Amino acid sequence: MATQSLELKATSFTLSVLHINTHDFNAIAADLDTKLSQAPQFFIGAPLILNLSAIESHDVDLAALKQLLTDNQLIIVGVTSANESISQQAKTLGLAIVKSGKQAKNMPAPTKETKIIKQNVRSGQQIYAKNADLIIFGAVGNGAEVIADGSIHIYGALRGKAMAGAAGDRNSIIIANSLDAELVSIAGQYWLAEHLQQHCSDQRGCIRLTSDTLMVESLPQ
Amino acid sequence: MAQIIVVTSGKGGVGKTTSSAAIATGLALKGKKTVVIDFDIGLRNLDLIMGCERRVVYDFVNVINGEANLNQALIKDKRCDKLFILPASQTRDKDALTKEGVGGVLDELSKDFDYIVCDSPAGIEQGAMMALYFADIAIVTTNPEVSSVRDSDRILGMLQSRSRRAEQNLEPIQEFLLLTRYSPARVKTGEMLSVEDVSEILAIKLLGVIPESQAVLKASNSGIPVINDDESDAGLAYADTVQRLLGEEVPFRFLTEEKKGFLKRIFGS
Ligand SMILES: Nc1ncnc2c1ncn2[C@@H]1O[C@H](COP(=O)(O)OP(=O)(O)OP(=O)(O)O)[C@@H](O)[C@H]1O
Ligand SMILES: [Mg+2]
Repeated sequence: MATQSLELKATSFTLSVLHINTHDFNAIAADLDTKLSQAPQFFIGAPLILNLSAIESHDVDLAALKQLLTDNQLIIVGVTSANESISQQAKTLGLAIVKSGKQAKNMPAPTKETKIIKQNVRSGQQIYAKNADLIIFGAVGNGAEVIADGSIHIYGALRGKAMAGAAGDRNSIIIANSLDAELVSIAGQYWLAEHLQQHCSDQRGCIRLTSDTLMVESLPQ
Repeated sequence: MAQIIVVTSGKGGVGKTTSSAAIATGLALKGKKTVVIDFDIGLRNLDLIMGCERRVVYDFVNVINGEANLNQALIKDKRCDKLFILPASQTRDKDALTKEGVGGVLDELSKDFDYIVCDSPAGIEQGAMMALYFADIAIVTTNPEVSSVRDSDRILGMLQSRSRRAEQNLEPIQEFLLLTRYSPARVKTGEMLSVEDVSEILAIKLLGVIPESQAVLKASNSGIPVINDDESDAGLAYADTVQRLLGEEVPFRFLTEEKKGFLKRIFGS
């Protein structure tokens, strides 16, 4: 079977944006000199996008600017935040008009996954929710361990060990219908059974981390 | 197709063999064709409790290894013609029980029995794993004390992860709690956990509560399963348990301390 001559695939790249803050080409040339001598490896040969929004009100000769930058071994691939005149010039010069990443900023943060266990976690069993919150419908028995990189919610009694924020997330919490645990830990800060009992006795509660110590918050009945 | 019942516990000496013998006998007395298999290879207790130790010629491992067929190894109970015993070997080690071997024997038995009761050894080694692997129903035998409850919880985890039903994503094993050696007096003084405590921790359906009873030792010594003793509280409690296993609603008894009669109070018991 013949292979297609073309194939379009979406791939994202990170590009550096060069902000032009003046229409004084001499000043630009001087600043470029110093920047390039400080960190040549950072600029030379790297594809750049020009942002001209600071000098929008001026008439800029884009061809001359491009020449100046090309002479300094910079590769200009497009312009962003361009006004009408600049866009027009960019088209004739064969430069791309690039939308700035506004849309990207408005994208919702990636939601954390949730692992759901619909039964009791028995002695000797270990459950790990990697990069996820963990919800357990049943109880966690003595000798059982539940671990999550996110928060842990236990609708039954917690009698074994629960470790939230296992990868270091200090905002993780542990909620259980009865805190009768062998050990609770958030981002590595832990309490053993005795310590936990000084703070609560077998009741429903939420454990969180404040500055460097754990605390138990009671839940409405 | 037979229902395969495993009597299991994790912890040793809690009453698995006593319960296997009683429950298998009870099912047979109810007219169900039942075989009880001793998985405790190397120790062999079941045949003593069933009173058939003198009639053992071939055993479970002989059948697995093809050295005898099932008809040669099965021992028919003296008292009940619906009941058969497949004894354990005293000379082999536990590794003689392979998944293929055990599966083959259970398949063959399944064809003409209603119930297959598997008396599990203690622990979580090969023998115990093989006893629970093929089960449809698990009777988790537990004494009312912390270490036994903990081990039962552990076994419940195994039933849910290491059994055939778990591995093949079939409907899970039906799990039942059998609380044995229950002593209401010692619950009252706080030495033992109560039925409520154990039920809450293990969170499985309660099938029976068997009181601590002299009758059990007497029954073992005479080789007559205690369920045959309908004068004893333990015997009656096992009979109730079998009825519940068969789906009947039976109220629980022997949960509170027996009130001493007038004469007993005067003369002591
Ligand atoms: N309800 C009871 N009352 C009094 N004694 C009991 C009761 N149930 C069991 N026993 C005693 O406890 C001991 C252990 O019982 P059994 O052999 O049935 O336990 P097991 O769980 O099969 O032990 P193993 O783990 O060694 O196989 C025996 O001496 C038996 O007589
Ligand atoms: Mg036994």
